[in-house]
Amino acid sequence: MTDTSKKKAFLCTLRQSVTLTLVLLLLCGFVFPVVLSGLSSIFFPKQANGSLVTADGAPVGAEYVGQDFTEPYFMKCRPSAYHYNTYYEGSDGKQYYNDGSEFAGLSSGSNNYAPSNPELAKRVEADIEQFLAANPGVKREDLPADLMTASGSGLDPHVTPDAAKVQIPALAQASGLSEDVLEQIVADNTTGKLLGIFGETTVNVLGVNLDIAKAMGLVGDISK
Amino acid sequence: MLQLVLTIIIYLILVVPMGRYVYHIAAGKHTFADPMLDRVDGVIYKISGIDPTKGMNWKRYTLSLLGTNAVMIAIGYLILRIQSIPLFNPNGIGAMKPALAFNTIISFMTNTNLQHYSGESGLSYLSQMLVIIFMMFVSAASGYAACVAFIRGLAGKTKDNVGNFFSDLVRITTRVLLPFSLIGGILLVWQGVPQNFEGNVVVQTLEGTYQVIAMGPIAALEIIKHLGTNGGGFLSANSSTPLENPTILSNLIEMYSMMLLPGACVITFGKMMEDSRRSRMELKAPKNSLPAARKSITEKLFGREGRSIFLAMSILFLVGLSVCYWSELQGNPALSAIGLDQSAGSMEGKEVRFGIAQSALFTTVTTSFTTGTVNNMHDTLTPLGGMVPLLHMMLNCVFGGKGVGLMNIILYAILAVFICGLMVGRTPEYLGKKIEGHEMKLTALGIMIHPLLVLAFSALAIATAAGQAGITNPGYHGLTQVLYEYASSAANNGSGFEGLVDNTCFWNITTGIVMFLGRYLPIVIQMAIAGSLMKKNFVNESAGTLRTHTFSFAVILVFVVYIFAALTFFPALALGPIAEHLTLWG
Repeated sequence: MTDTSKKKAFLCTLRQSVTLTLVLLLLCGFVFPVVLSGLSSIFFPKQANGSLVTADGAPVGAEYVGQDFTEPYFMKCRPSAYHYNTYYEGSDGKQYYNDGSEFAGLSSGSNNYAPSNPELAKRVEADIEQFLAANPGVKREDLPADLMTASGSGLDPHVTPDAAKVQIPALAQASGLSEDVLEQIVADNTTGKLLGIFGETTVNVLGVNLDIAKAMGLVGDISK
Repeated sequence: MLQLVLTIIIYLILVVPMGRYVYHIAAGKHTFADPMLDRVDGVIYKISGIDPTKGMNWKRYTLSLLGTNAVMIAIGYLILRIQSIPLFNPNGIGAMKPALAFNTIISFMTNTNLQHYSGESGLSYLSQMLVIIFMMFVSAASGYAACVAFIRGLAGKTKDNVGNFFSDLVRITTRVLLPFSLIGGILLVWQGVPQNFEGNVVVQTLEGTYQVIAMGPIAALEIIKHLGTNGGGFLSANSSTPLENPTILSNLIEMYSMMLLPGACVITFGKMMEDSRRSRMELKAPKNSLPAARKSITEKLFGREGRSIFLAMSILFLVGLSVCYWSELQGNPALSAIGLDQSAGSMEGKEVRFGIAQSALFTTVTTSFTTGTVNNMHDTLTPLGGMVPLLHMMLNCVFGGKGVGLMNIILYAILAVFICGLMVGRTPEYLGKKIEGHEMKLTALGIMIHPLLVLAFSALAIATAAGQAGITNPGYHGLTQVLYEYASSAANNGSGFEGLVDNTCFWNITTGIVMFLGRYLPIVIQMAIAGSLMKKNFVNESAGTLRTHTFSFAVILVFVVYIFAALTFFPALALGPIAEHLTLWG
């Protein structure tokens, strides 16, 4: 091949690369997400917009995102490194997590403690002691592991049925609702395995707490 | 246990038609969607000035791949640097810094998707779409194109034509990636993955506090992330977040999305080899004089040569899965020591809805198929449970990423026939071609690059203060964090032991280099091998030929892979996860 024809072939390939890149950029990077958004807002508008749940008409959370609950009459989620992105505004105008540390902005994740990291055992021990103090009558060996360990996302909306059950006596005392009513609420918010085989049985904590709030008369209408 | 078995059985049922479909696309045969998609392709070819019928030799093909990827890198880098503009940016995200943008763009172009930024605060929706989603499509399509060209080379229908790169890139995008993404994306939205262009939502909770909830085009990114074995999440905790992966069904959809295409590539390989063998036989003897071939069912479904490769990959996969699942079920002895019941397994870093079984499965799948998405935090896995994903990235051929996994295991297959050839003292043959000095040198080089990158850079990180600064867990686990990061980069996987503080100049640049070399050097070498084999004439099978389509060859292949891994990586693994296991259980 002569030099000029080599150069010509190179320029031709370059032109094809650049135009094809731009065409695919438009098709995959723009048309695809826009079309998908359009179709989802037609077929599944609620899910497409984040599956928000409302109480008295105002959004109070999302079906698939856990929350950091502190009131004694509300069921607790698992520990979270980012406190489920739940915060309050202090009198100084800054935002704080419920434990008083400063809000880090929207995040997700965990502490990433290795199983051998002594910090993990320390954190779990502190959580166990706090839980046992708030739930007198519960023994340490009865605690389900999921309730004392952090999820991977820090946003896990679920606890296991055991972890829900162990909280019921203290919830009954604080909320004034009977244990039977609370057990029914937990059962209403429990989802079994898919086809009885895949995944795990889960209890949605926000769903439970919405029902508790309604039963206590704190809110009127709820939609989940 | 039952759900694991069923999940895998369903996979085996799904992968066969998918493999057939991909084979038809690769071989240029008719598919049901052709009447419509041929027109779409035609428009794209016309705009870009591409003649899809014009074949390329392996050098031209590889250069086109590298050149196109370079153009994509340049455009993507530019967008990351100017993403602060108020276009699709409701959350007011700022521009990305140069070192991080360098790392990010290499990471996504090389199909690695290692993320040193966090999605919530690091990228605007514009970047998520025009850089991340776009790269997820084209990096997968590039890997697939390289693989198809490689297979064409091995099948050896011509002496120098491996196909047209641009046409392969377009065909896989319009025929597989886009339509499957659209269907899968809608299914994910149905399960609860958000898909909108709104800013993040702040709600007032039942307790009067506030909660901020992420929004955005999550489903669009989510589906191609898995389908293209990419792996970089919209949010920093990736597919463990209930926004990206809300239910067990979404988890299964995401898992199958990442498993289907790499498996389909093996079937494509098997069927194209079968075609080539049959046409050779027909050349030698007229069609009707050949005895009616009796084929077993697996031979029909996977092709002769594809079957043994698929089997070897499956054995490697199942061994890894079993170790990971068993290890996670054992729980964490450090937590039983403080009185927390561990009968449910090690739940730190895992989601309740997935539990131990689906978490262990997802972990093994994401690192075998080199996707790198996670549905639990790998840093928190038990030592042996965490060793499985690390090992599978080190092997880098257990199905592997889109296309390149097959190319890697073919290198091991060549090595296996070579070793067997040495034992019986014959010139090794594979796929009807003699394997000689030139191919063996390239194969050795191709296999050595990966451990060299992983171990040399890990040594560098441990030897320097800048590298050590990233380690966050004490003891042996700290070494595992470093090893994992480079293994993930070199294997173009992208998952991480996320505790590592990696958004620093040192980590951004070194992992960027490793990802780049780990992607393109093997592709060039593998294409060169195919190019060299193409030029050779087919040899006749004789009594001395090692049969490579048998069960025993699959077993030999598994051993070759494990022996090679043991020779290169065992010392590092012994100092990392194995030492941690012994201290934890000792």
